[in-house]
Amino acid sequence: MQTLIQNLIASGAFGKNPPRDLVAAIVVFVMSLVVFLAIALPFAGIVTWVERRVWARIQSRVGPNRVGPQGFLQWLADGVKIVCKEDIVPDEADARLFKLAPFLVMLAFTLPWAVMPFSSSLILADLNVGILYMTAVTALTVVGVLMAGWASNNKWSLIGGVRSAAQIVSYEIPAGLSIFPVVLMTGTLSMQGIIRGQGWAPQHWFLFANPFTFVAANILYMSSLAEANRTPFDLPEAESELVAGFATEYSGWRYACFSMAEWGNLFIIGAIITTLFLGGWQFPHVTNNVVAMNVLELITFSVKVLFLVFLSMWIRATLPRVRIDQLMTACWKYFVPISFVNMIGTAVWVAIWPDGNVAMGYIMFAGAIALGAIFIQRVIYYLRRSQMEVYLNPTI
Amino acid sequence: MSTLRTEEMTLNMGPQHPSTHGVLRFVVRADGEVMREAIPDVGYLHRSIEKIAEKVGYRGFMPYTDRVDYVCAMFTNQGWGMVCEKLAGIEVPKRGEYCRVIAAEFNRIASHLLSVGAMAMDIGAMTPFAHVIREREMINDLIEELCGARLTFNYMRIGGVAWDLPPGWREKALKYLDHFDPILEEYNALISWNKIYIERLANVGVITPADAINYNLVGPNLRACGIKWDIRKDIPYSVYPEFEFEVPVGNGQWGKLGDSMDRYVVRIREMAESSKILRQALEKIPPGAVLAKVVRNFKPPAGECQIRVESGRGDMGWYLVSDGTGYPWRVHVRTGSFAAMGIIQKLSAGLMIADLVTLIASLDVIAPEIDR
Repeated sequence: MQTLIQNLIASGAFGKNPPRDLVAAIVVFVMSLVVFLAIALPFAGIVTWVERRVWARIQSRVGPNRVGPQGFLQWLADGVKIVCKEDIVPDEADARLFKLAPFLVMLAFTLPWAVMPFSSSLILADLNVGILYMTAVTALTVVGVLMAGWASNNKWSLIGGVRSAAQIVSYEIPAGLSIFPVVLMTGTLSMQGIIRGQGWAPQHWFLFANPFTFVAANILYMSSLAEANRTPFDLPEAESELVAGFATEYSGWRYACFSMAEWGNLFIIGAIITTLFLGGWQFPHVTNNVVAMNVLELITFSVKVLFLVFLSMWIRATLPRVRIDQLMTACWKYFVPISFVNMIGTAVWVAIWPDGNVAMGYIMFAGAIALGAIFIQRVIYYLRRSQMEVYLNPTI
Repeated sequence: MSTLRTEEMTLNMGPQHPSTHGVLRFVVRADGEVMREAIPDVGYLHRSIEKIAEKVGYRGFMPYTDRVDYVCAMFTNQGWGMVCEKLAGIEVPKRGEYCRVIAAEFNRIASHLLSVGAMAMDIGAMTPFAHVIREREMINDLIEELCGARLTFNYMRIGGVAWDLPPGWREKALKYLDHFDPILEEYNALISWNKIYIERLANVGVITPADAINYNLVGPNLRACGIKWDIRKDIPYSVYPEFEFEVPVGNGQWGKLGDSMDRYVVRIREMAESSKILRQALEKIPPGAVLAKVVRNFKPPAGECQIRVESGRGDMGWYLVSDGTGYPWRVHVRTGSFAAMGIIQKLSAGLMIADLVTLIASLDVIAPEIDR
């Protein structure tokens, strides 16, 4: 990014001797806008459609299929509809905080895109504290949610907001601790640095580097689900208990902000885990063409992230919701101690094999393949036993 | 350590709330997430059905009985038919009784399916609900072919049933049962033995056998406490003595005896038993008429009588007082949901707010049945 700005200024695109800081600021602003408007917002919209379709297929329904091909434009129709709705502020609400809350949630959703490593060159700012920045700004959500719950002046909203605060703050700890093993192995917090520490082949991913990182990846994924209020941890907006939790009193585009941030956060969760454990954008060096390589890397990264997003949809369609005390028990009694063990275990591992243990990578990858095979075998078993007609055409 | 003093919060849950299964209202006194008390407030769905009976006469009341419990309307139909027949001394033809049992047991499966699915949805799992609705639709299709309606059946008449089984219906019903038995296994694999699901239900809302009797619980709620009491077995009516079936009771396998999980599992097992009864009934159904000859202007002799039916929600009592005219003098329905509402206040102390939702779902209360 900096080199790009240097080159632009050197080439005289902004006239002779332009004010360097101003130009840099404008370029960064425009680039951020492009990333946000071209990637973040459409993703948040499209993922609602994808989720509804995936969900419908799992539940043997059809899902939205009227607007556009296969209902693809449903998200635009919904977006237009929701923006046209009246923006209601309840009389008894604390109007100023009530109006401010969605912006904070949106902010927490917007900021992480600055360090999103789409490919080896496509990154807005490769901060040297990238991953730390990512976890820090995503936790901003809690302020917005708590504010929304409190300012609504509705007891159900308040319970939702408080649940959310308790949940996000608690799960920050195992999530943060699960990042440490990777940081210990690479010695950097930069997103690109972490990705470069891994290879393109699965046995070189940190997921399979040693048993501790494997557990850490799972804990990080579960904690991220909890932070993003996804099933089985969707207590703050538990539909059957709190109606819509902290967002109950919201309507119109302010409500859209909340739901957009929620779905957009799925991408961020996926990106964090892909970067840390799944080798990020790493792709075998097949061509010397920089643009072609970047496109291939972008596709690799997106496929991995979208797989994780799909996984979270699958989980949402399958699992019931836990209770608040069970949620806290899982966090403090299991996740946090296990995370500490992971950290110490990885430290010992790194002390013994500073360059990593290649054999372990192969063994764990083979184990993962075996697990996958068992899973597929179970699926086939149930399909055969239930004597159901299986509709394999996903576009019904 | 001195206990932390916290402020209590009074919450109003309902009458418009997604998980109160209709229009129920609870006044919840809560300390944070923990409830001190949940006081049920009934009466939002009172439609004076018992009074209507006094105005529309014996035959005209049959469609209204569907509205007492719209989830299993066959039993309310059957209850009204049986109480009138008992008072007037009408004998229902054998085939009519079989048709009643077949329709009612299909309805019981549909009712339990809905209860089980709604329970899963209240706990946050959306998929089981969509799947049980799919199975329930097939039952609805069958019943629609039988009597033309999908929800408020109005299938039975005083003295039997309105229509005989249509041609080919029996084979379709057997085909459905062949499909249904393995599906039940699939539901168990999908949701029943899910770890989170068991954790949410086990040891929640424990009802002791003594409490269950004192609070007048009936049906699956009573049987989940380990008490083997089923009207079909203990005070046999219709042609139930001719069938072999088990009465599933709770055994506290997952937690304490009489917890929410027991109530859930009893319903699952009852569906399998209903399927067994249906197979036998479809096998044994005799030929003949389905409707006894009843005079057009039906006037039972003066007097009173009471019958009991094992409906989807348990022991449903029908009480009828006649003064010899064409209109009942008084009708009363005793329903299981009303009794179940009574125990919620006692059980709710110390539970989480999220548990209240599962408690209501596990007691399987249906709002119109509470108020009538």
